[in-house]
Amino acid sequence: MDAAGILQILIYIAVITALTPLLGGYMAKVYEGQARFLGPAERGLYKVCGVDPAREQHWTGYALSLLAFNLAGWALLFGIQRLQGMLPLNPAEMAAVPPDLAFNAAVSFMTNTNWQSYGGESTLSYLTQMIGLTVQNFVSAATGMAVVVALIRGFARTNAHTVGNFYVDLVRSTVYILLPLSFVAALFLVWQGVPQNFDSYSAAATLEGANQVIAQGPVASQVAIKQLGSNGGGFFNVNSSHPFENPTPLSNIIEMTFLLMLAAALTNTFGRMVKDQRQGWAIFAAMGLMLIVGLGVTYWSETNANPAMVVAGMDGTHGNMEGKEVRFGIANSTIWATATSAASNGSVNSMHDSFMPLGGLVPMVNMLLGEVIFGGVGAGLYGMLIMVIVAVFIAGLMVGRTPEYLGKKIEAKEVKLAMLAILIFPVGVLGLGAASLLGAPGAIQDAGPHGLSEVLYGFASATGNNGSAFAGWTANTLLNNTLLGIAMLLGRFVVIIPALAIAGAVAAKKAVPPSAGTFPTHGGLFVVLLMGVILVVGGLTFFPVLALGPIVEHLMLGAGTLF
Amino acid sequence: MSIHRPKELSLFDGAILGQAAKDAVVKVDPRQLIRNPVMFATGLVAVLSTALTIRDAGGEHFAVMVQISAWLWFTVLFANFAEAIAEGRGKAQAAALRGTKSSAMAKKVASVDARDPQVLPAETLKAGDLVVCEAGDVIPSDGDVIAGIATVDESAITGESAPVIRESGGDRSAVTGGTRVVSDRIVVQITTNPGESFLDRMIALVEGAKRQKTPNEIALTILLVGMSLIFLIVVGTLPAWASYSGTAIPMVFLIALFVTLIPTTIGGLLSAIGIAGMDRLVKFNVISKSGRSVEAAGDIDVLLLDKTGTITLGARQASEFIPLSNVNERDLAEAAFLSSLADETPEGKSIVALAKSRFGLTEPKSGSTMTFIPFSAHTRMSGVDANGTEIRKGASDSIAAYVAEKSGRTPDWQGQSSVMIGGVPKELVQAVERVGKAGGTPLVVARDGRLLGVIHLKDIIKPGIRERFATLRAMGIKTVMVTGDNPLTAAAIAAEAGVDDFLAEATPEKKLDLIRETQKGGRLVAMCGDGSNDAPALAQADVGVAMNTGTQAAREAGNMVDLDSDPTKLIEIVMIGKQLLMSRGSLTTFSIANDVAKYFAILPALFLASYPQLQALNLMNLASPQSAILSAIIFNALIIVALIPLALKGVEYKPASAEKLLRRNLLIYGVGGLVVPFIGIKVIDVLIAALGLA
Repeated sequence: MDAAGILQILIYIAVITALTPLLGGYMAKVYEGQARFLGPAERGLYKVCGVDPAREQHWTGYALSLLAFNLAGWALLFGIQRLQGMLPLNPAEMAAVPPDLAFNAAVSFMTNTNWQSYGGESTLSYLTQMIGLTVQNFVSAATGMAVVVALIRGFARTNAHTVGNFYVDLVRSTVYILLPLSFVAALFLVWQGVPQNFDSYSAAATLEGANQVIAQGPVASQVAIKQLGSNGGGFFNVNSSHPFENPTPLSNIIEMTFLLMLAAALTNTFGRMVKDQRQGWAIFAAMGLMLIVGLGVTYWSETNANPAMVVAGMDGTHGNMEGKEVRFGIANSTIWATATSAASNGSVNSMHDSFMPLGGLVPMVNMLLGEVIFGGVGAGLYGMLIMVIVAVFIAGLMVGRTPEYLGKKIEAKEVKLAMLAILIFPVGVLGLGAASLLGAPGAIQDAGPHGLSEVLYGFASATGNNGSAFAGWTANTLLNNTLLGIAMLLGRFVVIIPALAIAGAVAAKKAVPPSAGTFPTHGGLFVVLLMGVILVVGGLTFFPVLALGPIVEHLMLGAGTLF
Repeated sequence: MSIHRPKELSLFDGAILGQAAKDAVVKVDPRQLIRNPVMFATGLVAVLSTALTIRDAGGEHFAVMVQISAWLWFTVLFANFAEAIAEGRGKAQAAALRGTKSSAMAKKVASVDARDPQVLPAETLKAGDLVVCEAGDVIPSDGDVIAGIATVDESAITGESAPVIRESGGDRSAVTGGTRVVSDRIVVQITTNPGESFLDRMIALVEGAKRQKTPNEIALTILLVGMSLIFLIVVGTLPAWASYSGTAIPMVFLIALFVTLIPTTIGGLLSAIGIAGMDRLVKFNVISKSGRSVEAAGDIDVLLLDKTGTITLGARQASEFIPLSNVNERDLAEAAFLSSLADETPEGKSIVALAKSRFGLTEPKSGSTMTFIPFSAHTRMSGVDANGTEIRKGASDSIAAYVAEKSGRTPDWQGQSSVMIGGVPKELVQAVERVGKAGGTPLVVARDGRLLGVIHLKDIIKPGIRERFATLRAMGIKTVMVTGDNPLTAAAIAAEAGVDDFLAEATPEKKLDLIRETQKGGRLVAMCGDGSNDAPALAQADVGVAMNTGTQAAREAGNMVDLDSDPTKLIEIVMIGKQLLMSRGSLTTFSIANDVAKYFAILPALFLASYPQLQALNLMNLASPQSAILSAIIFNALIIVALIPLALKGVEYKPASAEKLLRRNLLIYGVGGLVVPFIGIKVIDVLIAALGLA
């Protein structure tokens, strides 16, 4: 650990914190219909789609619209992949994607996961990448934002029947937030050297005299939204460690900022929309503190070299550089790994599989805690608000009052829905992961605890809709593609539907004005309690498998055993 | 004020414990156990564990398996035992209540005028039946007096020994089953069907059998079931994950892990906490129609309190003599003193006391000729004729009329001059106004037709009530005083008593409107009342406490009845409601926090064979894997027993802000829940190792 590294981490945190109220305030204006500068585009879309923006929906209507829209998006993406061989913009002449892989990829991009069982440059045509994946990158992020906005409205409204109009929230998220930011970001990346073309792959002779095929394509436009929309699906297989995705230190810091800023800013949007910004900052603080702890552990862990290397007589002063881009080094790899796993993004600029056991534990824990440390755009906040319901329920009982949050009483119905959403995590990670472990043990590259971590990471990533991979595990098999697809669907929609149901339930309630008997949810004690609930629920659920994976690996490393 | 019946049971009464031990076994019946999902799950795995133990008789882990199975059964039994104790204590309370109503015979009549009553058991009476009750009869069931007047001994219900009057019409018509008519004869119309009277409902609540789960209890049960399902998935998938490293975990160890992880502590104590809450209410002589309303009491934001009897003492007290400028204060005091000597009202007595203490006046020697004039509704004055002088005291207008008549002038209410207003000295009018503004009642004194001055009768705020309101404010509860006084007087008393707000010139309609208005703002309102005209407000309030002395209509409208008819008890009711929720929340936190230590005990034990390095997680340095698992499961069972007293008494509740309460309870039950099992499991492990059990 050195001063420069710590300084870079602090700058990163400061930038995210400073952007939060700015972007948060802008998004609040967008969702409250006060941003109108793209009015013609917005109204045009409503007209084309036959949407009446003034007609609000009950939560069930909102959920049905959302599911229908996502199903259509999935079908379109599945179709494009299967037919890409016959479609234009295919200079590398990619064949149709096999059905199980196409299913997996379509689910993956629809659910904002961007798990990639395939290598982009070796499987997909430009058309598939652009019309298929990139469109889903936008609308899956906008879907998550729409859900959280509906949930926020639920808390902000009283005695209300409706939670908003899904199509309006979807269009506004896309037109006012994601498209303009991505446009600027893509231009910035092109300036930094990221390609944006439809050329076929170039052939080059290397200095050693070998022949190399250099992949390229419309990269910048996809990288911009994959970072902003917490998608994470790279244009290239090695994602943002590829020099064409992430060419310079400047592009690196900007991409890392894009990765977290919208999820962080949504906490402020939430605070503004419920008319108490402190509520948003409290959630920001809980998320931020957990992120900082993760950053600290990973950074510390990676700056210490593998003890086996030191024993073998190698220089350990540069820390664990295995699997890291020398252009970025340990501090920037640490920030990216921690942020991408916290934000449910899943893009990488280093190989998490090669991290030290504790360094690899942090991204895993970030995902296993439910992707609520900022989390996916929208998804992180609605996931967090579900944890808040559990936290205030326990707190409310402990102060002798029917629990309430933002004036809304938290009763059996809300607790039931919150527990349903929380339950889906162990089902997806432990249940489906166990099925893969038993059904396809051959897909695992390494023996012992490290091999177990590879599977655990995969299912944590899929259920958490993160999309990053630990590598070292063959996901592209019929069984794994299917199981991961199911995990992604469960982790997405069995959280979204309870979240919307909660929105509907709390919207219909009257608000209880706060008094000295009400537990304040904007103070330090609440932040501590919320983090405690998240750590205890996640910890109790995953401690046994973590003990069998990274924890025992760490202990064995101390004893000189490697995997 | 009431005398509470001495029914404080010791926490572990021998007879109750014995019965509870028997009931604990009976409650293993799955049909009863299913009411408690966590314990039902524990019961199921106990069966499974027992079956496996029998199958593997003589096997490698047999001795440990036998012990694990036994402790699983103990876990279920201990939870049942906790519930049975709470029920036993409730039944003891209920028996006291029920004793008053068993075997009563009713004299049923066809109509009010019917002469020949039909004698039948009280249990057969239905709502609408008429019964005659004469001196010595026990009133067979709750009802309304529709004819006659009688004195009734209600000590069986209220503990108050003085009989009370019950008569038809008006606000004192309700009678309670189990009370005894002392004199006269009344005809009572029964208002409840068999099994539906207040007593029946309360008995059902404390006995637990028919107890309905309250809303928060349901929500908490869902949380506990959710946690249990998570642990089911965790434990159920663990063999698959462990198989990757070639570890085989004996089934019975998995069962042990599952039971120690699921929230058995709170699951086992949940219904005991609920029953004990009802029990505490009964101890305060309050009967509730449902557990729901007790829980709602904990959420109350606004308390409506009647001024008289709740905030102030029923009677006013003389606090000051205000003489007119040409009158000596001592003269005024003496006149007031003499005129009040025979006045037996609290006000009269207080005037005498004040005069004695201010001027050392003594009662005149016997023999002096004194004729006391008692207060009459006609003259609205009282006084004394002594040794030829005439002293009168009363309301200002009646004394003014008296003075005018004495001096031969008719009072000219319209006329005004610089010193006189309406025939009364301006000075007097000002004094009267000053007293009124201060929240007092002015009493004007005159001697021989000459005005002397004013006695200030003050509403006396009950001692300690100001502090109670401060406490309520700290808890976030707003108090509103309801009074028939004018706004000026009301404001003065409100300020003195320290209530947050007041409703002056209150009528039942105004009261109802206030409740509705407050509820519209999302707040929960509690109030108490006794008259029939309070019934709509009682029904509208979230918690309506009817006074036992009140009408049947009021008692039906409210959701609680205070047998002592003490309106200040609302405050205790609120605290009982809060304590109930806090006990549940705190023990839930404790229960879940315990899991951390249990993981550190059991996980290294399960995987030690494959990964000796996991010994590093054996923070407690437990003797052997078998001993570790056994210690955890024994701790898990014993902690239920250890916490029974806490569940029955409820966690300590000191009124404070929510933030302070949470910090305190998180420290005690959260941090305590983390630390205690580390110590407990270690101690049990040492004992097991010493006894050679594993």
